[in-house]
Formats: sequence, structure tokens, C-alpha cells
Amino acid sequence: MTPEPHWQILLNSALVNNFVLAWFLGICPFLGVSNKVGTASRMGAAVTFVMLVTALATWGINMLLDTVGAPYLRLIAFIAVIASTVQLVEMFIKKTSPALFKALGIFLPLITTNCAILGLALLQTNKGYDLGRAIIFALGSGLGFTLALVLMAGVRERLELADMPDLVKGTAASLAVAGILSVAFMGFAGLGS
Amino acid sequence: MSAPSPALAMTRTLVGAGVVCGFLIVVAYELTAPIIQENRIEARQAAVFEVLPGAVATATFQLQADGSLQAVPDETTAGDLVFAGYDAQGGLVGAALEAQGMGYQDTIRLIYGYSFDKDAIIGIKVLESRETPGLGTRVETDPVYQANFDALDVSLDAAGQALANPIEAVGAGKKQHPWQVDCITGATISSKAIANMLGTSAAKWMPAIAARPEALARPEGAHVQ
Amino acid sequence: MSSSSPPTTTDEFIKGLWRENPVFVQVLGMCPTLAVTNSAVNAVAMGLATTFVLVMSNLAISAIRRFVPKQVRIVTYILLIATFVTVVDYAIAAISLPLHKALGAFISLIVVNCIILGRAEAFAGKNPILPSLADGLGMGIGFTGALLTLGVVREVLGMGTLFGVALFPAAFQPWVIMVLPAGGFFTLSAWMLVFNALRRRQRALSEPA
Repeated sequence: MTPEPHWQILLNSALVNNFVLAWFLGICPFLGVSNKVGTASRMGAAVTFVMLVTALATWGINMLLDTVGAPYLRLIAFIAVIASTVQLVEMFIKKTSPALFKALGIFLPLITTNCAILGLALLQTNKGYDLGRAIIFALGSGLGFTLALVLMAGVRERLELADMPDLVKGTAASLAVAGILSVAFMGFAGLGS
Repeated sequence: MSAPSPALAMTRTLVGAGVVCGFLIVVAYELTAPIIQENRIEARQAAVFEVLPGAVATATFQLQADGSLQAVPDETTAGDLVFAGYDAQGGLVGAALEAQGMGYQDTIRLIYGYSFDKDAIIGIKVLESRETPGLGTRVETDPVYQANFDALDVSLDAAGQALANPIEAVGAGKKQHPWQVDCITGATISSKAIANMLGTSAAKWMPAIAARPEALARPEGAHVQ
Repeated sequence: MSSSSPPTTTDEFIKGLWRENPVFVQVLGMCPTLAVTNSAVNAVAMGLATTFVLVMSNLAISAIRRFVPKQVRIVTYILLIATFVTVVDYAIAAISLPLHKALGAFISLIVVNCIILGRAEAFAGKNPILPSLADGLGMGIGFTGALLTLGVVREVLGMGTLFGVALFPAAFQPWVIMVLPAGGFFTLSAWMLVFNALRRRQRALSEPA
């Protein structure tokens, strides 16, 4: 059983198995904050950042739980870690860079309940990645999330101007667009082999 | 009853909830752990029987750092494992091994059976895959592709350290030698991926087990269905 | 609530099924809705698991609502929800390993399903046990129903089967796209349209212009 090479993990997590379009993780922010390209890219940056920190933290937690022999506490520990990570990141950014805080501020609390973050922690554990691979995986997933969000926002900015029946406007239209994006991303399959 | 101070109330709530939750989780874990483990062993055994026709009992062995094989309990999951299959008389039918690698969409995990008599791979079963339904999944159903693994040659070279002929994926219908794998048109990447996985795994394992079936002799208390 | 009579327990149950359906009306819990509905069996299993967690957490939270200080309420809720999810996770693995594999990480992800924390915060934290139970059960069944509508469409079109039973003659060419991720988006989008149209008609009928 040879471990996956790093470039393969990066490519797979960002494109082939895109978190939003193939794994359906982080659909809520995907539908919620994807109406402007500007906000979408900032949200993507915030999520990527939190993902990197979470990958690091959950990797440590996993080591700890494995040594203690308490795998059943994993879920609770992950939730606690993610919630406190988001808090810490928020406080840290507020202290060090008020400008960045202004840009990301409102998104940070939303990230706690973003299933993409918990999903990342769980997948990383299931796949048994070491620290280096976990970081690469988090980076790829974050980039993929950002890419999906920005693409979606681009389409939706145009849709605003389109003349659609009232019935279709809103969630139904966004979901159909997401479906088309997902079909487009299927073209990336096979890249990693 | 006077109202407790807020700090005390908070601590009380959190500690109380923590204790109750911890208790619930541990109870659930203790109750289900043996059942889950049994399910896992059964699933693995069923897979071994499928890739080693004729086997009715299994035992689990672990490859040690010095190259020797040691019998380990069936619930072992870590390390380099090989599953031996035995017939009703206790004779060795063959060895089953797990392999994994990148497919079209995601990692494919499979188990394959090796027969000492034929010195060949005699069956594969995909354990986990997220290949495209109807296209990539044909590696599991296509009878022509499956026929590749009726007897896929993995014999060793004279030195016994490497495969005499590495497993090779070829275009559909181009198979000429017993070590070649015919790919499926329309599922080229998936079928190639499986051939590559088998190649890598066999190259590692065959030198360790092929020459000494006696190392996999049936231990006392092998798992019988 | 001042002029109309207070809602009965039955009302609390009914509202989750249609009027406040968590998926089609509140647009909550989208991740599992899309991810595990590629077959009807998966959809039902996921729905039932979520219903169990929803009912248990609603019950527990409603029972302790008077003792939980406001500052630590969310933490306590999440702790309870995570506990029930862990229990469900182990239960499913014990019942059927293949099912556990098919649902994968999405069982654990029930924790961050907004429906559950949403009901805890909006309902169970403020109401007695019986209505909370009804609320959880109604929302859970509404969620399961929504998942099932998606799962049935996707399985029938994408594989030509329903609950694993073949429906069409062998000549049927399944629409593979329906069981792929893209099919999930398309099916949900189509159902949203149907429900929007139905609700609009209902409104038009009840309020004569």
C-alpha cells in the first residue's frame, strides 16, 4: 500500500473531488454567500485559512485520542476544536489586522457550522493522512471550495440581470447552475491517475 | 431554593452535561464494539472466500520486518496482512491480499486471491470504489475483464526476488500473454488502475509468500464459517 | 399567538411535514440532502438517523431547558447533539456495515446539520417536552420524506431500480448522471420548482384576489 503522492492529493481535493461539487460539503455558504464575486472570494479565503488551522489541530487531536485509546470521543473533540479554532482565529485577526477582520469578520462565525470544515477533519482521519498530506489536503480542499464559490458567484452576478420567471428565481436557479458546474468538473476526473 | 451564582450554574451545567454525554457514548461504544468487529471480520472473510473458490476457512497472517509470516488474531487491521484460505480438509487453497490505488474518481480498494498451485492470481473483488456507475464500475461486472483474473500469471524470476513478467495493461482484446490484462473500452483508466495496483502489490508480496506456502499452514483455531 | 388559539401538539407535528418542511421550505440540511440520496435505501437510512438525533436532542434539551444558563446554552446543545450522533454512528455500523460505508462521513456530519441546532434553539429550548417531541418527530419525518422524494427519482432514473428491485426491462439505458453529484443538484432544483408551484397555487386559492 503505497501512500498517495502529494501532487495527487492536491489535484484530487481541489478539482476531481471538489468539496462542494462532488462531495456536497459546504453547500450552505455555497448557496448563501455566492451572489457577489468579492464576498465569495473573501469567504473562500476565510474557509481555506480555517481549514489549514483545523487540519493541524485535528491531526494533533487524533494522535492524542489514539494514544489514549478513546476513538469514541473523536466527534465531540473535533467539534470542540473547530469551534474554538474559529474563535481564536477571529480574535487573532482582530488583534493583528483590523482591515482583514473587517473583510472576513462576518463570515468567521458562519464557518463553525460549515460542514466543509468538519468534513475535512473526518475525511482526513478516514484516509489516514500524515501531517504533510493533511496540510496539502486542506490546502487543496480550500482552493477547490474557493474556486467553486467564485465560479458560482460569477454566474449568479450575470443571472441577476437575466429575465427569469419568478418561480425559478432563488434556490431553484442556483441549484441548477450548481448542477451544470458539477457536470463541468466531472471533466477533471482521471487527472489524478 | 436561592438562585445560584451564574458562574456556578454554568460550571454545573457543563460538567453535568459532560458526565452524562460521556457516559452515554461509552455505553454505546461498549455495546456495539463487539458486534461491529464481528461484522468486519465476517465481511472480510466473505471477500476472501469469493476470491479463493473452494476455501471454507481463513486465518490472518502478518508480514514481519524480517520477512517472516506470523499468525495474528482475525481482528487485526494494522500492518501488512495476508489472509490464507483453507479447504474442508485444512489444505491451503491460496492467499488473499488487499491492494489499493488511485482510480478514475477516487481510491479503489480491492482484494485478490493467489493460488500456489497455479502460481497465478485467480480472482479479484473490489471492496471500495467511487467509479462512474455504468462505466468505471464495469471492472466489477464485465465478464471479459473478470476473465483476466481466472489465471493472471505472477510467477517469480529465477532469483525469486521479482516477478518474471510484470503485470501489464494492454488495449481491449490485445491480451497475448498470461501476465497481461485486457482493458475495457470506455473504462480504460479504471481497468488500467486495477492492473497497476495488482502489479505493485504482487511485486511486493510474491517474493515474500510464493516460494513458501508452508509458512501459511493452518494454525490452530482458524476461522471457520 | 395572541388572537389565534395556541398551537396544539398535533400542529407542532404537522408543520414540519409540509408548511415548514426543513428541506423544501427552510432550505436547511442541504449537504446530506444532496449527498446520500443516490439511492432510496440510503435516503431512508439517513432520514431515520437524523430523525432519531432530532427527537432525542429535542427531548433532552427541552427537559433541561430550565437549568441551562443562557451563556452556555449553545455549547450544551452541541455537546448533546454530538453525543447522540456518535451513538447513531455506532448503531448503524453494528446494524449494517455496507450501509455505514455508503453513508460514510455523512453520519458524523449530522452534527453540523443546521436543522438540529436550529430546532434546539428555535423550539426545544423554549417549549415543554411533549410539543418538543412532536416538533422533532414532525421535522424529522418531513426531512426523511424530502430525502426519499429525491432518492426515489435519482435511483429510478439513474439505475433503473427502486430499493434495489429492477423496474425496467433490460433494454432501459439508465441516466447515469442522476446518481452522480450533478444529478443531485438537478433533482433538488426540479423538486424545488414543483414545490414552489404547488405552494403558490395553494396561496392563490386561499387568498382570493
